Amino acid sequence: MTDKNPEYDFKWCPGCGDFGVRRALEQAMEKRLVETEEPIESNVVVAGIGCSGNMVHLLEGPQPYGIHGLHGRTLPLSMGIKAGRPDLNVVIVAGDGDFLSIGMEHIAPQARRNLDICAIIMDNAVYGLTKGQSSPTAEKGLVTSSTPFGKPEDGLNALNLYLTVGASFMASGLSSKIKDLANLIYQGMSHRGFSVVHVQSPCTEYNNTFEQLKGNARKGIEPLAWDIPEDHPEDDLSAAFSLVANGGVPLGVVYRDEQRPPFHERIVSMNKNARVRTAQEMVDFYAV
Amino acid sequence: MKKSDFVVRFAGEGGQGFMTAAEGFASANTQAGYHAQTFATFPSQITGGPTWMQARISTIPVFNRGDELDVLVVFNESAYQAHKDEVRDGGVILYDSDGLTLEDDGKSLGIPFEKLAKSTGNSRAGNMVMMGALAQLVDMSQEVLEGFVKKRWGNTARYGEKIVPQNIEALSLGREAARESGFNLGKLAPPTPPDYEQIFIHGNEAISLGAAAGGLEFFVGYPISPATTILMWMEHNLVGERRFAYQASSEIESINSIIGASYGGLKAMTATAGPGFSLMSEGLGFAWIAEIPIVVIDVQRGGPATGLPTKTEQSDLGSAIRPAHGDVSLPVIAPGTVEECFYATVAAMNWAERYQGPVILLSEHALSERKQNIRKPDVSKLHIERREVYQGKNGYLRYEAPTLSAMPRPGSPGSYVANASEHDAMGDTTHLPERHVHMTERRFSKLDLLKDGTFESANTEWPVAVMPWGGSKSPALEAYKQLQEAGAKVAWYYTMYLNPLPPDLLEELRQKELVLVPELNYLGQFSSILRSQSVRAESITQYTGLPFKVSDLVARISERVGEGSKDRVAV
Repeated sequence: MTDKNPEYDFKWCPGCGDFGVRRALEQAMEKRLVETEEPIESNVVVAGIGCSGNMVHLLEGPQPYGIHGLHGRTLPLSMGIKAGRPDLNVVIVAGDGDFLSIGMEHIAPQARRNLDICAIIMDNAVYGLTKGQSSPTAEKGLVTSSTPFGKPEDGLNALNLYLTVGASFMASGLSSKIKDLANLIYQGMSHRGFSVVHVQSPCTEYNNTFEQLKGNARKGIEPLAWDIPEDHPEDDLSAAFSLVANGGVPLGVVYRDEQRPPFHERIVSMNKNARVRTAQEMVDFYAV
Repeated sequence: MKKSDFVVRFAGEGGQGFMTAAEGFASANTQAGYHAQTFATFPSQITGGPTWMQARISTIPVFNRGDELDVLVVFNESAYQAHKDEVRDGGVILYDSDGLTLEDDGKSLGIPFEKLAKSTGNSRAGNMVMMGALAQLVDMSQEVLEGFVKKRWGNTARYGEKIVPQNIEALSLGREAARESGFNLGKLAPPTPPDYEQIFIHGNEAISLGAAAGGLEFFVGYPISPATTILMWMEHNLVGERRFAYQASSEIESINSIIGASYGGLKAMTATAGPGFSLMSEGLGFAWIAEIPIVVIDVQRGGPATGLPTKTEQSDLGSAIRPAHGDVSLPVIAPGTVEECFYATVAAMNWAERYQGPVILLSEHALSERKQNIRKPDVSKLHIERREVYQGKNGYLRYEAPTLSAMPRPGSPGSYVANASEHDAMGDTTHLPERHVHMTERRFSKLDLLKDGTFESANTEWPVAVMPWGGSKSPALEAYKQLQEAGAKVAWYYTMYLNPLPPDLLEELRQKELVLVPELNYLGQFSSILRSQSVRAESITQYTGLPFKVSDLVARISERVGEGSKDRVAV
């Protein structure tokens, strides 16, 4: 039940990482509102299936437009919205199961097109809403409800994947660091091209990794998350590949290339020599 | 009596260039004022494999491809063996005597196309020699083809000054050779050119033009036979301000991206065939539940699965109406002729915009490849609809009304969530029983807005009726005319609006003792739909991958006419 809609009864579990991501997205959109002076209705939030996608219904404050589509199809849906309406700011909210498993086939084509969207991917390594099955980013050996004797596949390095398929902006964040995350999301939205903000957003119910991510000195647990050094060259692709090969969870902007034109501009420039005709002229072309 | 009608088939291997020849021959005749229709069938490969194409030339508008051949042009021995039996008594089998030797069967006429072509200085004019011979066989005047040659190659800046005289000489040489042979098929009556302007197009071009005329703004597709030519047409033509055409990475991308574009306020469409249509089914359910206007064109081929990619069938009707899981009933419009392809597309776009949901335009392979002369559409006279856009302030409840309501446009006030899950008035996910009842009834109520479909009928006093759908209209209509001339007591009905059916039509059909439905599928899909709506319908099926022959339909309908009352179908 939310303030804006008493009929809506979906809830995230207490402590869910997605609460922090929601707040960060709200802050980033508020900042965009101020910076661009565009109305909140010029934002479209495209949601995947799963706990994370429900964010589109749970956003508080001024309401953006939303579309809660089919499982795994946030990217093609976004292509239609952005290619048809380049004036809109398109933000994807999806989980690792939606985006990286069933939706995997769409990442490479949209990255190569440099579709101008910002995808916020909430990674908890499990399918939370269906009660804890393993997802592509779960490490080999992880015991989940669908891998009772341990997961047989190797875990997916999502950050490496985004770089490989040609994302022109990629950042990595943590759901509990809300201010930093809001900053990364804002940069992703401002980037003119395909941007991914991959967020570790633990599932308190089925795979609670908060402690491993942040570390616990008393228990002698080293944190998995680490800040990307300030001297990391963001525009250097091989430096970015090295960085994501270091293990753990880097925090900050891993890579950006501001030179590549976004998809909707490529279409305009490719078609500049095409002959533009009215429908009647097209009909007349076939005159007997 | 002069002949009013002439059918020629070209048969050989893919890549031999005679598709162009057949279309050229048909095109030349339409320029002269004849009516023409082509039909092609080929294997799923670019070069090689048995291919054939035929053209029917007539002094009156052509319904159908033509059953019996006046002339068969063969390019190899196997084509001769495969098609010779379809040549009518007194017909001619024409071939290039340089490359091929055929038995003397009293019909075969060998002319050295290539050698004669070379003598004109243009070794590529072999097809012209052949066309000259064809024209001679039916005493077609030399001007018809000369006019075509001048129009086709008359641009001397582009083709040089030699091509036109060389081709005309090639025509004359072919003519001379045919004259010397003594073969003659009887004189084709002179044309009576129509008093209106015409265009000469394929079914898929008609669909594409209809889409452009209907105000299409956004097209995404994925290559698949026999729908690919629509994608290519769009990539060439749907350019400029507020126009977008693009080849996606899969049909799943296609359907979801057109949903996204339409959500953004654009008129959006995709085109596919059976396998791609199956991949789109989840997306069609999404457009239905979230109430987003889109048009999906399914150019049917043989199925199931990969099926028969380059053959024709009408076996997707069931899945067009109910492609997805759950309670859906998608509007379906199925054109039956090249001309109807144009107007059906305009109608499909209007329906989608009016009721805010997905509409299926069901075409078929035989129509997609058929080239025909039709009356030139006047785009300014078309009735074009656009969805009602919400103009109010924020706080709008998009799905509150019991039926259709205005659709907000992103960028303007009226934020809501378009949701693939069942939702409440704001578009937020819900599982409440009363909401699912409300929303289900809201969605189905909107189909009432689509009951403006028109239909054809004739001789409705008879208790037994023939009612084809889609591309089977043409052979069925020709069969019907023959039956009528023979005195058969049978009524005729036809509509391209298959779901929902025009209510008046449905009422009339329910009064009939028997409605015979010629259709190209095994299950009898349309008759089954009619029976589910309390019509005593039964199918005349065929599932060969080819269209009906008129003579077969005449025989099969005759068997049933008069049996109506004693041969009821269980409903």
